[in-house]
Amino acid sequence: MLEVQAAIERVARDSYGRLLAFLSARSHDVAAAEDALADAMDAALRTWPAAGLPASPEAWLLVTARRKLIDAARHKLVHDAAVPTLLAVADDAYDMASQCEVFPDERLKLLFVCAHPAIDVTARTPLMLQTVLGLDAARIASALLVKPASMGQRLTRAKAKIRDARIAFDVPEASELPERLHAVLEAIYAAYSAGWDDFTGADVRRKDLATDALALGRLLLQLMPDEPEVKGLLSLMLSCESRRAARIDSGGRYVPLSEQDAGKWAWPLLGEAHQLLLSAEDGAKIGCFQLEAAIQSAHTQRAVTGRVDWEEVALLYEGIVRLSPTTGALVGRAAAAAEARGAEFGWSLLQAIPAQAVASYQPYWALACHLLWRMGRADEARIASDRAIGLCEDPAVRAFLQGRAAAGG
Amino acid sequence: MNYIIMIYEPASSFALRNDPEKRADYWARWPRYKQALVDAGVFVGGAGLELPATATVLKRGTDGKRLIQDGPYADTKEQLGGFFIVNVESLDAALEWAARCPLEPHDMIEVRPTLLPPA
Repeated sequence: MLEVQAAIERVARDSYGRLLAFLSARSHDVAAAEDALADAMDAALRTWPAAGLPASPEAWLLVTARRKLIDAARHKLVHDAAVPTLLAVADDAYDMASQCEVFPDERLKLLFVCAHPAIDVTARTPLMLQTVLGLDAARIASALLVKPASMGQRLTRAKAKIRDARIAFDVPEASELPERLHAVLEAIYAAYSAGWDDFTGADVRRKDLATDALALGRLLLQLMPDEPEVKGLLSLMLSCESRRAARIDSGGRYVPLSEQDAGKWAWPLLGEAHQLLLSAEDGAKIGCFQLEAAIQSAHTQRAVTGRVDWEEVALLYEGIVRLSPTTGALVGRAAAAAEARGAEFGWSLLQAIPAQAVASYQPYWALACHLLWRMGRADEARIASDRAIGLCEDPAVRAFLQGRAAAGG
Repeated sequence: MNYIIMIYEPASSFALRNDPEKRADYWARWPRYKQALVDAGVFVGGAGLELPATATVLKRGTDGKRLIQDGPYADTKEQLGGFFIVNVESLDAALEWAARCPLEPHDMIEVRPTLLPPA
């Protein structure tokens, strides 16, 4: 019985994004499609345990969703203008379902819609998680540190925008593809980062978010198997994921990357990350995510060579800074340069970052503290250390920094 | 916009303030958090509060007579331990600062915008 339940949940989860993308791409009404699909899923969970899995679960869900769409139209629960299209979509769906055809996978188009330039940047990641993976808004809100009511409004606004502006469900043309694809990758990576920042792993919701981001990354690779940056992003996320267990020692203490026990890295994930990076490089189209993935790969090399090639890491950061000079990239470059060519050089790069950009950027202050200690400037190092501790979000990292401060560096 | 960040703590967190082994750690955290708020230019005000048992409650009874009671007012497991007021652009930014509070495992935080007089 539990197996049937699990099978049903798997089918529902795997089909959700495909079905929603299919319905939304034709109606442009994501919200109405979601409602209909949610009802269909409920019905499935009620019916299937007793009746068994239908021959084509997706067809069953489509037919049920169609009925719900018609009900909603009849009761004017959906936007007036959407009714005729919704009914046409429902008929299409019905035809396909009744012929048991494999209906087209529109999830790639849906991903591009979610990260469309007309959609607010803060809505892109949650919109993807909700529409493609079917996550609920409350869970997304907690993981992304947003008030649930605001998250709900943000998602509602984004869906209204898709409907009212009739944002096209298509894959961008070659000329705009790099930029549009980058927005999709950024939105997926934002989900991964939010899940990754939870060092202690105490928050299951956030750990799950990293898993969800990996699922989106894998889906995107399946849908765009030849894009080097898609491989780069997945390689990057897999490398980070492989280090999860090594970030905390047996006493629950935070361990920085350069001191991690390489034996605790998840080597199957690192192998996959490595293969992806190699095949991305064949594409001869460089991008930020491949460079980030290559930096991770340089850290992985330590397990083999016994040292990190900081010159190489610094060079890779240089490439990222040229493509996209974010505060994170600038701080990363300074850290690598300090390891490769000395604290003074790293410090000069760090000093060149505008003060406004780093006022509440914790990694800047952690690095500043480290470099100031190395240069023997103890008083300034203590001030930077206090700032890094004060800005710290994670208890394990905070305890690590406090311990280092107490030990005098 | 001003937002208040209110920190509610169970007795175990209040006890850390005088715990011989853990007090140093406890007192090392909050001033640094506050300083980070100041240095980032968002600090408006704030204070840590004495233990809940030191609270006094004043109210008007149904008969309009003044009544003074030993507090705290709310009989809950978590009590207000301190607060900060920050000036930031949005609730999202206020929540980011709230997430940086050096909390103990069972502490919780309430974030609210402060009231503006009607325009």
